[in-house]
Amino acid sequence: MNPELADILQLVVNGVSIGSIYALIALGLVMTYRATEVLNFAHGDILMASAFVGWGLIAGLGLSFWVAAPLTILIAAAFGYVLDARVIRLIAGQPQFAGVMLTVALSFMIRGGVSMAFGPTSRTYPTPWTGHQTHLGPLVIADLNLAIIAAALVTTALLFLFLRKTAIGVAIQAASQNQLAAYLCGIRVKRLNSLVWAMAGGLAAICGLLLAPLALVDVTLWMVMLKALAALVLGGFGSIPGAIVGGVAIGLIEQFAGVYLPDGSRDVAASLVLIVVLVIAPHGLLGEAHGRRV
Amino acid sequence: MRFRYDTSYRQSGRLLRGPREWLPYAALVAVLAVLPWVLPSYYIDEATYLFILAIASLGLMIVTGYTGQVSLGHAAFLAIGAYAHAWFLSHGVPLVASLALAALLAGACGFVIGLPAIRVSGLYLAMVTLAFASIVEQVVGNWKAVTGGYSGTAVPSPSLFGIDLSSSTRLYGLCLVILVLVLVALVNLMRSKTGRAFAGIRQSEAAANALGIWVAGYKVLAFVISAAITGLAGGLLAHQLQFLTPDGFTVVQSIELLLMVVIGGLGSLRGAIFGAIVIGLLPTFISGIKPMLPPKIAAQFGLDIFVYGAILGFFVLFEPLGLNGRWRRAKAALAEFPLHRAQRHRRVKSYMKSERYR
Repeated sequence: MNPELADILQLVVNGVSIGSIYALIALGLVMTYRATEVLNFAHGDILMASAFVGWGLIAGLGLSFWVAAPLTILIAAAFGYVLDARVIRLIAGQPQFAGVMLTVALSFMIRGGVSMAFGPTSRTYPTPWTGHQTHLGPLVIADLNLAIIAAALVTTALLFLFLRKTAIGVAIQAASQNQLAAYLCGIRVKRLNSLVWAMAGGLAAICGLLLAPLALVDVTLWMVMLKALAALVLGGFGSIPGAIVGGVAIGLIEQFAGVYLPDGSRDVAASLVLIVVLVIAPHGLLGEAHGRRV
Repeated sequence: MRFRYDTSYRQSGRLLRGPREWLPYAALVAVLAVLPWVLPSYYIDEATYLFILAIASLGLMIVTGYTGQVSLGHAAFLAIGAYAHAWFLSHGVPLVASLALAALLAGACGFVIGLPAIRVSGLYLAMVTLAFASIVEQVVGNWKAVTGGYSGTAVPSPSLFGIDLSSSTRLYGLCLVILVLVLVALVNLMRSKTGRAFAGIRQSEAAANALGIWVAGYKVLAFVISAAITGLAGGLLAHQLQFLTPDGFTVVQSIELLLMVVIGGLGSLRGAIFGAIVIGLLPTFISGIKPMLPPKIAAQFGLDIFVYGAILGFFVLFEPLGLNGRWRRAKAALAEFPLHRAQRHRRVKSYMKSERYR
């Protein structure tokens, strides 16, 4: 195989692995948006906070990764549940901008709280895959990347099964389609909405745990939120398959922009994609051709 | 209860009727005009800064307060205005023309990014402005030829018709004049057809549309006006700072602007100015209470971010009308003093309204 092709394949693997994290983040955003019509701008900060919690459990308390990870996910999920039940619910029925501002406020509180609790230094923690590599023909793939892709696939599959096959999953879908009708069918809409927020919190924790060994545990980790938003818009806002496709696409675009475009373009690639997609095709790749009930 | 008895259209079209209404404002302007001769120059600088913040906050109020579209990246327009103004000045453009060009440029950027975003849904504007702000931050940091990169760039000192304006009292005067001009222009704009269209869109896009208001067009117009005014504030801020670096225009600054409008009270110009005053003084206040906190918390640098978030959340949840709402309540209570009804301002319970269409 010629070296150029190998380089490209290497970029593809890296792009898919980071993109699958973006897809998972975007998935969490879509789920809460569909359930409560609040676009959660604090999602990136929940992710960042859970990376810090993960670090605290692994490096601080000395737990093994396999114990710390589920614990972190549970903590983040509980946080998400309480967040919806105690805070987000208060603005139900208010215009959209109230939701945006409330979640932005929460994101600043989380960011401030984390930097007060842990300080501004960045840190990292070991995972079972750190430092290991798999050779696949001419490709050298860090095991961490493989683990990320696997975790993303498993999470998405579990989520799909949960939403399609279980009674609660179907109820969640019903509630996010029409709350009143779902309520009249005997579904506990409030509790389900909080459950969706809990699941989104858990998803954010998974992303944080996977991303932290790649990026460093740092307060600026919330910036991946921007990439997830770009993924959402690229895939078509409000569509679950769109979020996944968009996430992987943003991961790939970013990797290739970092190599083939001038310096610094890697950081703004996602933001540029967001704006360009809105100019060219506001409904994204897989968006339903929906208008808005104004 | 006082009833208005107008005998001509001109009378009802006046901004302020009768000495009861214009005397307080005249007194306020007189006090502000005299202040530079009374206060030490440190307070003059602070007041100038508050005026500039008030202009920026008025800008954001147009799009967020009146039209109901949240912008999470208004610091980007502040940055565009500031850097453009510094660049134009250093290339020999006179002060007024340079400020106007900076405002125009910010407005044009607002048009380019607002046009695609705002037509679809208000949420897109929030996302796009966040993305745009991050792009502007990168551009400002890396475009060394114009912005000086992270090492920063010096702003030429301002002069108007040959008069040097760099002393703090003269800059104070310039900012005060521009603030009053912007305020009068916006008060009139909000009484016009355009302003009523903005308010209509905030209340209900469907109703506005049904009344023949071109919703998408007015939303973009609101965003462009807002960006231009914020750009103007950026130009003035360049003189106040005298040296521009990228870290003055981060996402925290955007949130400060958003805080000003929310604290002041969405949908009121008076509120925008209240908010600017409160948020402008908040850092001083926070550093004032720091010695009272346990040293472990006070030493951390996340404290002000946390406080900003907490204040924003508190006002969104419990005080959506902001300080202006309190002001109006107090005024109403005074006006009908013995007959005041406490229940009059109770919030009406609201239910989940879907903004989706299927």
